[in-house]
Amino acid sequence: MKFFWEARKAILPAVLIYLVLKAVFGFHFVSQYIEQITLFSFIVILTSLGLNVIYGYTGQFSLGHAAFYGIGAYVSAYLSKSLGVESILGFIPVLFLSGIGAGLVGCLIGIPILKLRDDFLAIATLGFGTLVRVVFDNSDRFSEILGGSRGFVGIPRITNLELAFFVTIFLILVTRNIIFSRYGLFWRCVKSDELASQGIGINTSRMKLMAFSYGCFLAGIGGALYAHLYTFLHPSNFDILKSIDFLIIVIVGGMGSIAGTIYAGLIWVGFIEGLRIILPAEMLDLRWVFIPLFLIGLMMWRPHGLIRKAG
Amino acid sequence: MKALAIESLEKGFGGVRAVGGISFSVEEGETVGIIGPNGAGKTTVFNLITGFYRPDRGRALFYGRNITSLPPYRLPRLGIARTFQNLRLFGKLTVFENVLSAVLVRGGYNIFSAVFRWTDYFVTESKAEEKARKLIEFFNLSGKEDQPADSLPYGEQRRLELARALALEPKLLLVDEPGAGMNPIEIQGLVQTMKEVKKQFSLTVVIIEHQMGLVMNISDKIVVMDFGEKIAEGTPDQVKKDRKVIEAYLGEEPLREGTG
Repeated sequence: MKFFWEARKAILPAVLIYLVLKAVFGFHFVSQYIEQITLFSFIVILTSLGLNVIYGYTGQFSLGHAAFYGIGAYVSAYLSKSLGVESILGFIPVLFLSGIGAGLVGCLIGIPILKLRDDFLAIATLGFGTLVRVVFDNSDRFSEILGGSRGFVGIPRITNLELAFFVTIFLILVTRNIIFSRYGLFWRCVKSDELASQGIGINTSRMKLMAFSYGCFLAGIGGALYAHLYTFLHPSNFDILKSIDFLIIVIVGGMGSIAGTIYAGLIWVGFIEGLRIILPAEMLDLRWVFIPLFLIGLMMWRPHGLIRKAG
Repeated sequence: MKALAIESLEKGFGGVRAVGGISFSVEEGETVGIIGPNGAGKTTVFNLITGFYRPDRGRALFYGRNITSLPPYRLPRLGIARTFQNLRLFGKLTVFENVLSAVLVRGGYNIFSAVFRWTDYFVTESKAEEKARKLIEFFNLSGKEDQPADSLPYGEQRRLELARALALEPKLLLVDEPGAGMNPIEIQGLVQTMKEVKKQFSLTVVIIEHQMGLVMNISDKIVVMDFGEKIAEGTPDQVKKDRKVIEAYLGEEPLREGTG
């Protein structure tokens, strides 16, 4: 199908990477822990890609991205547990629904707030993120299993290499095809000059809403995969700090660059977890000295991020 | 039916009446120039016509159709395109992408075609590409397609904005001070370009311009504004001799045939 045609150069490396990982994990060349953080890095890449669509391409500064990641996580976990899902086959519809759910919430929120200018939009999304976090904290009032501030336990462990890797690759391809179409072009026009975009006939409100909803959809899928990898959710994982993590990845990778998001996502997870392995236990907190220093240095050296994209 | 009919448009900002009841009309194929001292309300009239401002009173009719309350993005589809006084290009996008974006707004394929790369995606994109290249060639910007728009010299940026507007295949083109900031040689070039554009694209043009050498040369009719109102209307020759017009310009550049 022509869907894959333009990405044909990426297909072979992707398959090779999968086979290598399959072998490495299958023959237990690395620990369970390394396997888990590798899958986590795919999830982080996917979710950050959603924010890249919203902010990197369309220029909408959202500080609430983790909220949609969390919505995907909680909704998928709730569905899995209530419906007794145990296999990947049963999980696929849940995954899809969680993404759609997050995207729909994004759309509903977007309708009023996307009209706001950058700084005000930041505050509005920040507020929404906090609201969602509070909802998670009180989720046990809605249903016991959601756990409220005790956390959501006992989620089935369904996310494996195949699921995480292929869902991520597939959605990267879908995103890539949208970006390299007139929709991606319009998103970049909107980011560049909204008035001029209207002047040439682009319905900027609709384009902004579309980017926002799609970005939230990706975050929702990421969240669902995350929930079924770590099997435990806590509201504190979906707060402003997590939103900032995704923002850092988008900026460090280079706004408006898919490849940049991939590299930055890998580096981010690699750095944080890698330092956890390297540093002796007493010095673990030093990560939070090294990482900020690294970020500061990186921004001074490459203010546009790893991959510089014109426009 | 008039291509464009402005009826008693009024617009105030706070206590300031930017436009106080202005009316004029434009025949199909005509070129109408709007001139007047700075602050006369010329660009406000454009913004009212194109939906960036809502008028307090009055209306704008395009071939008889009331376009007054339409949002800006609806107008290109009806056949109206504009350029901006302070130049609004998509700066970081390439020259090619600037023109292509306008072409693709018209010819579309939907999101599914984009995602699954169905045939109409390829067909539409290749046709659009060809159209964009032809326009870029017409405006003498070939060879610079892949440069970011804001890297072009000023005069070429103005041409690019025109190219982008014409990519919409409009029936009515509203041009806002295309000659601003240009030297005499560039103005001459612009006169040439505008004449070629009118010939090639058979459109109705309304142009706001301070450079008399440009606007007097290409307009069939001139509308003169001052303090938000129309103070004179007529052929370039009539307007040049009009007492009120001369008074309005007293203290500003005299109305010479030169480069103003």
